[in-house]
Amino acid sequence: MSLIESLPKVRKLTVPRADGLLPWLVPLGIILIWQAASVAGLVSPRVLPAPSDVARAGWKLLWSGELGRNIWVSFWRASIGFLIGGGIGFAFGLANGLSQLSSKLTDTTLQMIRNVPHLALIPLVILWFGIDESAKLFLVALGVFFPVYLNTLHGIRTVDPQLIEMGRVYGMTDGELFRRVIFPGALPSIFVGLRFALGIMWLTLIVAETIAASSGLGYMAMQAREFMQIDVVVLSILIYALLGKVADSASRLLERLTLSWHPAFSKH
Amino acid sequence: MQQVLRLPVSSTEAIDAPEVIGHAETFRPHRKSSVTPAKSETRGLPLVIRDLRKAFGDNEVLRGIDLEIPAGQFVAIVGQSGCGKSTLLRLIAGLDKPTSGTISFGDTAARAEDVRVMFQEPRLLPWARVLANVEVGLGRDRKAAGAHERARQALEEVGLAEKRDQWPAVLSGGQKQRVALARALVSGPRLLAFDEPLGALDALTRIAMQRLLERVWADQTFTAILVTHDVAEAVALADRVLVIEDGRMAEDITVDLPRPRQRGSAELAALEGSILGQLLGPGTTG
Ligand SMILES: Nc1ncnc2c1ncn2[C@@H]1O[C@H](COP(=O)(O)OP(=O)(O)OP(=O)(O)O)[C@@H](O)[C@H]1O
Ligand SMILES: [Mg+2]
Repeated sequence: MSLIESLPKVRKLTVPRADGLLPWLVPLGIILIWQAASVAGLVSPRVLPAPSDVARAGWKLLWSGELGRNIWVSFWRASIGFLIGGGIGFAFGLANGLSQLSSKLTDTTLQMIRNVPHLALIPLVILWFGIDESAKLFLVALGVFFPVYLNTLHGIRTVDPQLIEMGRVYGMTDGELFRRVIFPGALPSIFVGLRFALGIMWLTLIVAETIAASSGLGYMAMQAREFMQIDVVVLSILIYALLGKVADSASRLLERLTLSWHPAFSKH
Repeated sequence: MQQVLRLPVSSTEAIDAPEVIGHAETFRPHRKSSVTPAKSETRGLPLVIRDLRKAFGDNEVLRGIDLEIPAGQFVAIVGQSGCGKSTLLRLIAGLDKPTSGTISFGDTAARAEDVRVMFQEPRLLPWARVLANVEVGLGRDRKAAGAHERARQALEEVGLAEKRDQWPAVLSGGQKQRVALARALVSGPRLLAFDEPLGALDALTRIAMQRLLERVWADQTFTAILVTHDVAEAVALADRVLVIEDGRMAEDITVDLPRPRQRGSAELAALEGSILGQLLGPGTTG
């Protein structure tokens, strides 16, 4: 999200309905130019197949059921890994944000682990889990853990202390204080973590599936490379882009629903 | 015309100057009879403070405050910046523990809901609608039947009933402060302490808010303690003006003028001038 985009809109320049389509204009334009270039023979099909060829390959895979199955497998791995890693990260973020003791006990350790790129663990993870499902889930969970942990922690630590004092003055119990002041105050930051985590989730999964898997989108792309099916490789890449966009949109929707009080999210 | 004089905000150093410390010796203990008698029908809590001291490390902020406020009185506290007005208010509100000394609210054991503070900042929850923010003020009664109705009435009292479903972000500074006032009033407090609640408002909004404060105080008959930088505000609103200097009560001035008081009247101006003279030290009276 760019700075300008995140600012509240002062003036509506476009007709509301066109507004929804506007972001798709550029991708659509690129595909059209790409198609034209392929038809005109400017790009060799062995370097980059035409969009129509990619679509045809996609159609075939869809009919055979292979595409659906691989997408489902990848989606499943991504979600489960995300839930596990994000859940643990969120829990640690809460604990360390709310409790000095917990923070003293674990934060340093976590910060040390954070500095190891989690993809560097792939050889170790393969030794531990083989190319089992658990290997992929472990890597995704580990990758997702840190952005969720760090941003939850940051969000809780930066809740306005004056509001917390106000809550105490008005007799809120610890539970109420958390529910009504601390958690809503930390939410914008938690969402930032969530969106970072979604990006890392796909990245990790794809790398893991390309290196060690027997199903999933990454595996499909690797297989296609061995058989020189460049259209399928490109198809996989496009599907990654779409899935990433879907995940991002979902998190934005959630953001808009829960942060409607925030001037920056009130009308977009 | 311009009667709103403010104390210099950034003169904390002056308080340590020898002549100011000498000046504090003029402290005269107030006689009980000089205090405006409490209204008979008041619901307010009386407040008694005995030899109250508060130090932050080596910094002795309050050095023995003795104070008796009868139920229902409107007291203003003025003093140089950094003299410990907010500290005193936080102690009264139970937000801090005194180093020594006692604070008691008459004979009755005061409930938490009986004592409320209003801060300089509105401190509204940005993620709660206006009405929900007011309901926060109900404390433990929040879940009781009629909570909505009480919050709605408090909003009406401050003239913001139609804003009940808005987010705080869309309100003006004065409106936010009025919501904060509604939140402080909704539990029917018996003692309400204000820490410069109007400090951030423009002159016109400020005067409107002062009138509002005076009206709700007259309606609801709580004991009011108003900390302010603005001596004109203090003499316009209060039954009694206390001056804190050097961690002690330096002056206790009864403002025995009928209400509603005429802003800019000669009596108020004279009173304001003499208090300002006190605060600025001898020889600087303007
Ligand atoms: N939590 C704290 N820890 C340490 N020192 C504090 C704390 N709170 C206040 N003080 C000190 O106590 C002194 C009095 O502060 P206080 O906020 O009560 O002043 P004040 O009279 O309200 O000033 P102002 O008119 O500027 O609001 C100051 O010197 C301040 O630095
Ligand atoms: Mg203060």
